[in-house]
Amino acid sequence: MRRRICALTLSLALASGAQAADKVKVGFISTLSGPSAALGVDIRDGFQLAVKMNGGKLGGLPAEVLVGDDQFKPDVGRQIAEKYVRLDKVDFLTGFVFSNIMLAAVPVAFEARIIYVSPNAAPSPLAGKQCNPYFFVASWPNDAYHEAAGQHATNKGYKSAYLIAPNYQAGKDSLAGFKRYYKGNVAAEVYTQLGQLDYSAELAQLRAARPDALYIFLPGGMGINFIKQFVAAGLSADIPLIVPGFGSDQDIIRPVGEAMLGLFDTAHWAIDFDNAANRRFVAAFEKEYKRLPSVFAAQGWDAAMLIDSGVRGAKGRIADVEALRKALKAGKFESVRGSFKFNRNQFPIQNYYLRVVGKDSQGRLVNKTIGTVFKDHGDAYVQDCPMK
Amino acid sequence: MKRSIAVFIVLLGFPLVMSAIDNLFYVSFASRVIIYAIAATSLNLVLGYGGMISFGHAAFVGAGAYAASICIAEGVTSAWLGWPAAIGASALAAWLIGAVSLRTRGVYFIMITLAFAQMAFYLVNSMKAYGGDEGLSLPQRAELGLGLDLGNEVAFYYVVLFFLALSLYGLHRVMRSRFGRVVIAIRENEARAEAIGLPVRRYQLACFVVAGAVAGLAGALLASHGKYVNPNVLHWVQSGTLMIMVILGGVGQLWGGAIGAFVLLGLEHVISDYPLPWLAAVAPNYQQHANLGVGLVMLAVVLFAPHGVAGLLSRRRGA
Amino acid sequence: MSWILILEQSLNGLQFGLMLFLLAAGLTLVFGIMDMINLAHGSLYMLGAFIASTLAQATGSFVAGVLLAIPATAILGMVLEISVLRTLYARDHLSQVLATFALILIINELTRLAWGSDAALPMPQALSGPVELLPGLRYPAYRLVIIAVGILVALLLFILVAKTRAGMLVRAGASNREMALAMGVDIKTLFTLVFGVGAGLCALAGAMLAPLFAVQVGMGENILILAFVVIVIGGIGSIRGALVGAVLVGIVDTIGRAFLPIVFGIFFQPRVASAAGPAIASVTIYLLMAVVLFFRPQGLFPARG
Repeated sequence: MRRRICALTLSLALASGAQAADKVKVGFISTLSGPSAALGVDIRDGFQLAVKMNGGKLGGLPAEVLVGDDQFKPDVGRQIAEKYVRLDKVDFLTGFVFSNIMLAAVPVAFEARIIYVSPNAAPSPLAGKQCNPYFFVASWPNDAYHEAAGQHATNKGYKSAYLIAPNYQAGKDSLAGFKRYYKGNVAAEVYTQLGQLDYSAELAQLRAARPDALYIFLPGGMGINFIKQFVAAGLSADIPLIVPGFGSDQDIIRPVGEAMLGLFDTAHWAIDFDNAANRRFVAAFEKEYKRLPSVFAAQGWDAAMLIDSGVRGAKGRIADVEALRKALKAGKFESVRGSFKFNRNQFPIQNYYLRVVGKDSQGRLVNKTIGTVFKDHGDAYVQDCPMK
Repeated sequence: MKRSIAVFIVLLGFPLVMSAIDNLFYVSFASRVIIYAIAATSLNLVLGYGGMISFGHAAFVGAGAYAASICIAEGVTSAWLGWPAAIGASALAAWLIGAVSLRTRGVYFIMITLAFAQMAFYLVNSMKAYGGDEGLSLPQRAELGLGLDLGNEVAFYYVVLFFLALSLYGLHRVMRSRFGRVVIAIRENEARAEAIGLPVRRYQLACFVVAGAVAGLAGALLASHGKYVNPNVLHWVQSGTLMIMVILGGVGQLWGGAIGAFVLLGLEHVISDYPLPWLAAVAPNYQQHANLGVGLVMLAVVLFAPHGVAGLLSRRRGA
Repeated sequence: MSWILILEQSLNGLQFGLMLFLLAAGLTLVFGIMDMINLAHGSLYMLGAFIASTLAQATGSFVAGVLLAIPATAILGMVLEISVLRTLYARDHLSQVLATFALILIINELTRLAWGSDAALPMPQALSGPVELLPGLRYPAYRLVIIAVGILVALLLFILVAKTRAGMLVRAGASNREMALAMGVDIKTLFTLVFGVGAGLCALAGAMLAPLFAVQVGMGENILILAFVVIVIGGIGSIRGALVGAVLVGIVDTIGRAFLPIVFGIFFQPRVASAAGPAIASVTIYLLMAVVLFFRPQGLFPARG
């Protein structure tokens, strides 16, 4: 018996490189607890739904998805990544919501030549000088929504804009992105603490500054609290608020409610997109989870579909990382946003739209597409990336 | 002494066994446990032997970790420069904090060490140049030369094991020396020690600085191990965790810090990674609540076994 | 720099300080009378918020939820005191620190088991808008209510401690426990009651702050440190000290967050200025505590003669 097992193990070991594997292991780590948990939960639900709709498979192989909670802490995220990559030996890593946690954890994957597919965070260093062949973005470059918002503010003719973002890489990227396309005067650039929940001090400053418009990038629980306090301080009547699409989607609409009506935002996807993949996604999501999907859920779904196309394109030979990369880079999958195409730094090139928070046919609060801000928009950093 | 040597022989053989079954994850995990053992041992000097309840010990681990990380980030990758820098930084921090804090007593001492640790935390948090609260990712581990590649898990393990042996041996010798006896005398009855003319504060400060220096070394090793450092290393909850390790293992016992680190980190890992089906049936998701077990064990130890695991072991030996 | 800005930031600082006071008041009495370091005090604050959230949902009324959470948490606090904390009075400070630290872990996990990692306590609709204090200054109504409640509770506590018999016993116990015992005061029962009141105050703070912040497991740890800083600055065992210390800390913190970034912004880049402000504010608070400990270790208004 022992000899048989030895022989089997030996032959499997010899065969593993050359043949298709028998399953795909994906390590999914995201923020699943705390005030910003809704984001991670949405991405996870979108991802797992896509796997389920594929019959529990990715690229034709049975998929095992390990789910971990980074608790909004970079060191926890990194430790889980180490475990998934080194102990559980996953084939793909994915899931992070926040750039700072992701940046702490992905070096673990890159060193082990494991591909990370980002369903959300895609910070500028990885688009430019530090672009990495094992990093694929299924969402958008971090600056994109902010650039579109800046363009919108320019289009509306706002003479002065007050900017607020949290003090971390993505926050820095966000305001840099806004300023890149906003041609008016920046009244102030305020960086708050990541995870900060009390904005009374900042709101007092804002009131004193009296700008034409306010642009905030405050994802998750930060945004919920800010908008509520903004309204409570009576400032929503005086100052128009513009946000990036992920600052006004379902995860914020649900707790804040009617105060969101009329808010303008920019994004690469909206729930009312009329293509086959999106219609299928929205219907399935509502049926499975009894709630409307946010842009985060759409990104989770697309990330899974991208991995699916990668494994399929490599004909199941996931041990061959170069074949996987080639297949992924082709970007041949049906994205809920419509067409999908990668730039040479493995970040997407796509359209960005103007949306407004309104009511759908059933009276529910949703984001409605009202125009296109950018067509086939890439990112500002690709020229620094040495990848072909 | 004999038992210590026996333990070290086992520890020496461990990575070879793990390599044979191609499980380097556990070698890396063991390195991490050993590094925490070094940090806990340094706290044991101050807390267990010295009787000083310092709630700010994590600040010294953090000082060492950041000093070593900044060296590597700025291109100074040699461990011969980075690690002494870490030890120097943490010893300096310990000297400054100790000089001020040791002027207070009792609960005020606890509070002021806590305050200083928090100050260090907020200062490091605001250093955007070195990552701030995102932390600092390092491109590589420190370089030791001597034909050893610290990037190799097994080599790194032996290096940290060497430092643990050094720390424990050092603690053993110090506590048997005159210095050690004075420190214990001060812990037992400070008023009496002062009455017989011992320069109490000087001894306490020396103890504090030595402990801080060793903690700094542990910090430097930790930074190299994970190739990542972030301000949470300095948070007061980390100090609390180190104190738990010392109490669990046994205050004032030579192996107290090491045992505590091993038990705590081991328990955490076992609970979260090896589901017990019968327990999961009763309490689903119990693995996510590992801290409950840790807390209960802690409380039990404080209430019923104040001398920790090492105390229980030495009592059974009839020592 | 307009007057409105200064006024608004002062109100913010006052609001934060008064809530800190609710936490610090209970903590200082516990520490003052029984000489016990209770790290689990922040957990009572957290429990108060969670219980208020559940009760508000059950009764459909925010006010009912908050008011009922106070006695509920007080009872939980007293149960905790009788069962676990009493055994710690005779122990040394290290044991108290470690045991109550263990309690934090236990209570956090039990809360997570019972409620999940977070809960929601939405602001009552009626208070979610602004109030026009001055032309050009519309201050959130809810925060004004917090300030009012804080001042009211402070007054009630003062009356309780200074004018009632129970308050006199509390002051006696804080000032000299052995003497109080010798005079026949039932210090055990007194202490359980004091602990209960402290727990109730924590619950009030937790429930009132919940609509502004998030109700989540672990929310007690951060504010606990500040509460300790407050009582050290104010003087252990003194409620007056707790009030002065709390308002001082609240104002320093707000000034740091509000004005320091502006000052730094003149010299540094926005990201650095924005990070430095809160960091320096936090450091200042601890620095303040260190200075007080150095020069006047018994605090600004020591209870012990």
